[in-house]
Amino acid sequence: MYWEKDVETMPREELYALQTARLQKTIQNAMRTPFYRRLFTQHRIHPEQIKTPEDLKHVPFTTKEDLRQGFPFDFLAVPLEEVVRLHSSSGTTGTPTVIYHTKEDLDRWTNQVARCLYMVGVRKHDVFQNMMSYGLFTGGLGMHYGAERIGALTIPIGAGNTKRQIWFLKHFKSTVIHIIPSYALLLSTIIRGEGLDPRKDFNLRIILLGAEPHSEETRRRIEDIYGAKAYNSYGLSEMNGPGGAFECLYQNGMHIWEDYYIVEIVNPKTLEPCPPGEPGELVLTTIFRDATPILRYRTRDVTALIEEPCPCGRTHRKITRIQGRTDDMFIFRGVNIFPMQVEKVLMGIPEVGSNYRIILERKDYEDTMRVEVEIKPEFFFGDLQKLERLRERIEAELKAEILVTPEVVLVEPGSLPTQEGKAQRVFDYRVL
Amino acid sequence: MAHQVSVFAENKPGRIEKIARILAEAHINIRAITISSANGFGVVKILVDQPQKAFEVLREQGLPVYLQEVIAVVLEDTPGSLHRVAKVLAENGINVEDAYGFVVERGKAAILVIQVEHEPQAQSVLERNGFTLLSDEEIYRL
Repeated sequence: MYWEKDVETMPREELYALQTARLQKTIQNAMRTPFYRRLFTQHRIHPEQIKTPEDLKHVPFTTKEDLRQGFPFDFLAVPLEEVVRLHSSSGTTGTPTVIYHTKEDLDRWTNQVARCLYMVGVRKHDVFQNMMSYGLFTGGLGMHYGAERIGALTIPIGAGNTKRQIWFLKHFKSTVIHIIPSYALLLSTIIRGEGLDPRKDFNLRIILLGAEPHSEETRRRIEDIYGAKAYNSYGLSEMNGPGGAFECLYQNGMHIWEDYYIVEIVNPKTLEPCPPGEPGELVLTTIFRDATPILRYRTRDVTALIEEPCPCGRTHRKITRIQGRTDDMFIFRGVNIFPMQVEKVLMGIPEVGSNYRIILERKDYEDTMRVEVEIKPEFFFGDLQKLERLRERIEAELKAEILVTPEVVLVEPGSLPTQEGKAQRVFDYRVL
Repeated sequence: MAHQVSVFAENKPGRIEKIARILAEAHINIRAITISSANGFGVVKILVDQPQKAFEVLREQGLPVYLQEVIAVVLEDTPGSLHRVAKVLAENGINVEDAYGFVVERGKAAILVIQVEHEPQAQSVLERNGFTLLSDEEIYRL
């Protein structure tokens, strides 16, 4: 029932002692990075001052922008030759964020994922079809190695190519899938369209839902469609990726591995700690990673800590489902998108006016992203074909930036509502 | 040489109404209208009695509008008339990008409006072959 019983059920005091020891090591390690050396000097913090998790409050937060500005090596704490892999955030606006891993880091991360998978019942005899994209995105490779460590037959099929997914599900009788929730819904309609019954014609027993926030209702619906148990998975590349927090068999909050992270929940406005149980922004400090130590990282994800002990016996606390973001990022088909990325592309096209909006909808289990773009009157020459070519060009340029293809609609100048102050650009009508 | 007013319009209720209202308020008479659309938007092409004025009032209302030259050929309203024009254009390698027509006097006269890539060349070819082309003023008097 446990992958590592001693750690997973470690008494809280021992876990605290382990965190303290690992934090001290992490601080020493962070002093090898140009970013934290600079930060500590600027704020007159002595590394020896930070001894316990409580002492972390003296350290300023680290943001995604810090990671960007620290490109390429400001957060690297080991010689580059010790690094065996890097992962990078999706999107190409500005500089990417890069996380480096040593061989040991990867080994620990793999163990972390194996722990999660084992927790929900994945075993050696399982066939694991990993429907997340491989590559710089951590969802594919991260989960892949965890499943292999357990000894499951791991199919690195990756994202997309629905026909092939169905073929594999049918012929290899996959018992476990790792999938984006919106895709799980869409996939089911295509499965039925092929005359198959997801409950009868497949052998699924466990569904791992990741990369996208979703509601309890959506989970129950997915479970009902496939006749399998679905578990929520949380992770972000800055904190390794999948394996960060994961539901246990009780499906009531995600255990966040406190031997890997120090967890804080802060009020996003005051940045002060939230009272226990109150939702706020999740802030994480890596304490079990060598190549890229990150202190007090603002994840921008809103959640709450569940302090009550879990009946599963694990002592690591749980976080609730992600309830929102403290920035304007949105997730579409599992891809993180900032409105600024869309804006940057649009404003680089001379024919496009300054007003636009992004509309997200879910229709018949299919998520759509529509970008309404005002055209500039002076670029109108009465030609429908030219407009259509412009529309296609905008679609292609957006795809290159955000990695998914939105539907672009050209609208008349002045037809989009204008707002005073900061304009609302994203209208999300999806019921997640 | 005649002129046509082209307007960009979203493919949604009320767009034609808006254009028609603006023109009505300016006392502009519409001779012909054609709409082509794709992917949620379209182009409305209008032949009017006062193209310059129509262009200006539509532009004042913030609509993307374009005034372009077209060729308006006078035809007999009888079978085979269109074929005669088309044959001349084809024999001279002139590609028609868009066209529409309307009857002026039943059984007698019709007008064919065409948009081609090389307007002056098409114009002289048609005139050489005996076709009558209308100017804005002549359309105005229709």
